Amino acid sequence: MALLAGLLAWTAAALAQDGPKAGAEALRALVNALGTGGYSQTSDQISALAATGDPSVAPVLQALADGDLYVREADGAVFIAARAGKIYRLRDPLSGQDAGEAGRKDIDKIKVNNSLRRAIRAALGALTLQAGDPGQRLAAAQNLFKTRDPEALESLDAALAKESDPGVRAAMAEARAALVLLAPPDLSAGLAAVATIAARGDREALTLLKEAAAGQGEVAAAAARAAGDLSQILQVWDLGQNIWYGISLGSVLLLAAIGLSITFGVMGVINMAHGEMVMIGAYTTFAVQELIRTSAPWLFDYSLTFAIPLAFLISGTVGIAIERSVIRWLYGRPLETLLATWGLSLILQQAVRSIFGATNREVGNPSWMSGAFELGQLTITYNRMWIIAFALFVFALLMFVLRQTPLGLQMRAVTQNRQMASAMGIRTPWIDALTFGLGSGIAGIAGVALSQIGNVSPNLGQGYIIDSFMVVVFGGVGNLWGTLVGAFSLGVANKFLEPFAGAVLGKILVLVLIILFIQRYPRGLFAQKGRAVEA
Amino acid sequence: MITRRLFLGSDRLVLGFIVVIVVLGILVPVLHLALPESHAFHVPTYLVALSGKYLCFALLALALDLVWGFCGILSLGHGAFFGLGGYAMGMYLMRNIGTRGVYGHPVLPDFMVFLNWEQLPWYWHGFDHFWFAALMVVLVPGLLAFIFGWFAFSSRVTGVYLSIITQAMTFALMLAFFRNDMGFGGNNGLTDFKDLLGYSIQSPGVRAGLFAASALALAGALALCSAIVRSKLGKVLVAVRDAESRTRFLGYRVEHVKLFAFTVSAMLAGIAGALYVPQVGIINPGEFAPANSIEIVVWTAIGGRGTLAGPVLGAVLVNVGKSYFTAALPELWLFALGALFVGVTLFLPKGIVGTARAALAVRRERRRLAGCGQGQGGGEGPALPAASAQLAE
Repeated sequence: MALLAGLLAWTAAALAQDGPKAGAEALRALVNALGTGGYSQTSDQISALAATGDPSVAPVLQALADGDLYVREADGAVFIAARAGKIYRLRDPLSGQDAGEAGRKDIDKIKVNNSLRRAIRAALGALTLQAGDPGQRLAAAQNLFKTRDPEALESLDAALAKESDPGVRAAMAEARAALVLLAPPDLSAGLAAVATIAARGDREALTLLKEAAAGQGEVAAAAARAAGDLSQILQVWDLGQNIWYGISLGSVLLLAAIGLSITFGVMGVINMAHGEMVMIGAYTTFAVQELIRTSAPWLFDYSLTFAIPLAFLISGTVGIAIERSVIRWLYGRPLETLLATWGLSLILQQAVRSIFGATNREVGNPSWMSGAFELGQLTITYNRMWIIAFALFVFALLMFVLRQTPLGLQMRAVTQNRQMASAMGIRTPWIDALTFGLGSGIAGIAGVALSQIGNVSPNLGQGYIIDSFMVVVFGGVGNLWGTLVGAFSLGVANKFLEPFAGAVLGKILVLVLIILFIQRYPRGLFAQKGRAVEA
Repeated sequence: MITRRLFLGSDRLVLGFIVVIVVLGILVPVLHLALPESHAFHVPTYLVALSGKYLCFALLALALDLVWGFCGILSLGHGAFFGLGGYAMGMYLMRNIGTRGVYGHPVLPDFMVFLNWEQLPWYWHGFDHFWFAALMVVLVPGLLAFIFGWFAFSSRVTGVYLSIITQAMTFALMLAFFRNDMGFGGNNGLTDFKDLLGYSIQSPGVRAGLFAASALALAGALALCSAIVRSKLGKVLVAVRDAESRTRFLGYRVEHVKLFAFTVSAMLAGIAGALYVPQVGIINPGEFAPANSIEIVVWTAIGGRGTLAGPVLGAVLVNVGKSYFTAALPELWLFALGALFVGVTLFLPKGIVGTARAALAVRRERRRLAGCGQGQGGGEGPALPAASAQLAE
């Protein structure tokens, strides 16, 4: 076996020095050799092909891995074959040119197993190290860093010597260090490898260093030191990652709760139908996207621009209708608004289920919201980032409306002292309706954002309602800043508990903490003070 | 005078309910067991199980009424006490399966074998004895209510805040019971029961016995609640509901009174859960869902809170309606339930029993005024609202 491998390697080395014409023929012979022998021979043949370093071998190996490589029984020639009806269409594996066709019985598939597929991947990795496209070279280097195939060291060195792109060069150097690290030829090479890996500074580097630190000698000691430093740095990044996740969750909570802090916090209506306003907003997004998909697909990236105002209008209108028809009879009886709005939420859910069906609907992300970028060791997805920005924007907008507009002034006047406001000529019933409509409309906008990160189903609102109430109560009823602080602190607390306790237990702990917190501060983080509180 | 008559009247209604329930509790099992299936008055098995379930719901609604209707504490977490009682009973039934489970393990329930557990968790010990399980059915919900109430009431969490933290409590319990690690069967819950006190749970005798037990429990609870409400403590309860600060300033320990009502109510809910589980044959974490607890509130509101008979009536009516609608018109059930919520809060704030009683009282008052002659005739207008306001108490 070793003899055969040596022979093949020698052939390969020999043909690398021959002229191009002879080289092509020898290559063809190597490819045809794939058609002979069992799995173990195939393995050696793959190594031999890879050793040629010729980029035109890559498609052959790829086809072999995909199971598209066949051998013609008549002359033992190897082709890439694709099925076309009852016959197979043949292509020359090296040049890719058409090579006629063959019947089903004339050709045999060259079989591969999993260990061969692995070998092919490694071989392809080495080959693509010298590909023309820098992106391919980079991918090959990164792949090599992961697989750490010691046999690839030579090809890596060869590629490194030729490489001109600094980014790819760095990746190759890291891959080389990873190969060298576990079995360093001498001390200085080992220490250099440790330094290179440590400079990479991510989780994979840490795993690698820890592996190296398990050995004996000075290199292992250096690796252990580097691993210690690196794990401290990574812990800080972990902290950052948790905070980021927490802020991201907090922004979702903020979006869900901010409308409620108007209807519940400011107006005192326990609005159990709040979640359904969110759901209506999400379904509005779905409907807008469906319309755009069928009639104007080129507008798809702007679908949210249409959905946001529309969701505000629809949810707001539904909210005003609810206020005028049901809630206005129940002011001053908060616990009964709970029952009535719960009933309304059931009706709305069932209505949506009847119209759109009970199954989850898919709402697409516009292109500018998909994907992610890396910031140090943090992976930041665009949709989360936009949702955080959007949540803060909605908060600022609401703050502006309440503080700086005549409508906001009247709203605050009515909630602070209804009779006095009425005596000053404010139409309190109208303001009530508008306030409720504003809260509901904001919930609808939240639905647009939430449709981007989860499923849209008739039960969407139910999932957010308890969390929203927790946020508002935690932050302090009637205080928008409280809602902001409450949302983000609950989000961050949740994400910090998750690694220790798991997702579900973390959530339970947060609920228990809120219950305990309410015992200590019965009116939330930012309690309202004054005589109106007892009423 | 009027109040006194009203209390007597209320007693008569409750008394009537107790009598009817006891009679049903005897009659239905007898008709089920004694008569042959072909007989016109035979009560089929499914009906026994179904009506037994309604009785459990009625008991649950009654428990909620004690705290909401008479003490003003709107608990959105009574489903949690119901579920805990149910789980205690379910654990007893699980332990009694013995080697008849799918895996045939003598001690461990099937789901533990499935999860590769080596031994029984400590909190499952003792549940092979019925008396222990029966004790836990009242103790666990009672203890949870006591601790929860102790903290909540002594730090004066009231109104909306209390409602929302009770909801958080049941939500947290639901999440916890959904976890496999908790050792309560995860989202499948406990099911596949075989025996109750040595008799097959499917046998007609056990079914009839469970129905009778539910009826007796409900009748007993009605009598107990009626006694509590009529006692001096009951008057303080109502005082707390109507003017908490004033009651406190008069020297009553408001939080103690509330804690008492809350704990008793949780125990009753636990009993309801324990009777419910063997009749439906399963308990799973869905019982802790906040929506379930809100539904209990609706039964109570529809029947009439602050009247002991109302919640019993409301629970039975709504659930009969639910059974009918979900079978006949499943899409319409949520519309109907939703409309019921809205309609009752808007048009029947006192519920069926409360509204009927107020109407009755107004008529009686009018008759009395008419009997008093012309002298007071002019005062009829203002006298009526005052009287009905008093009656509403």
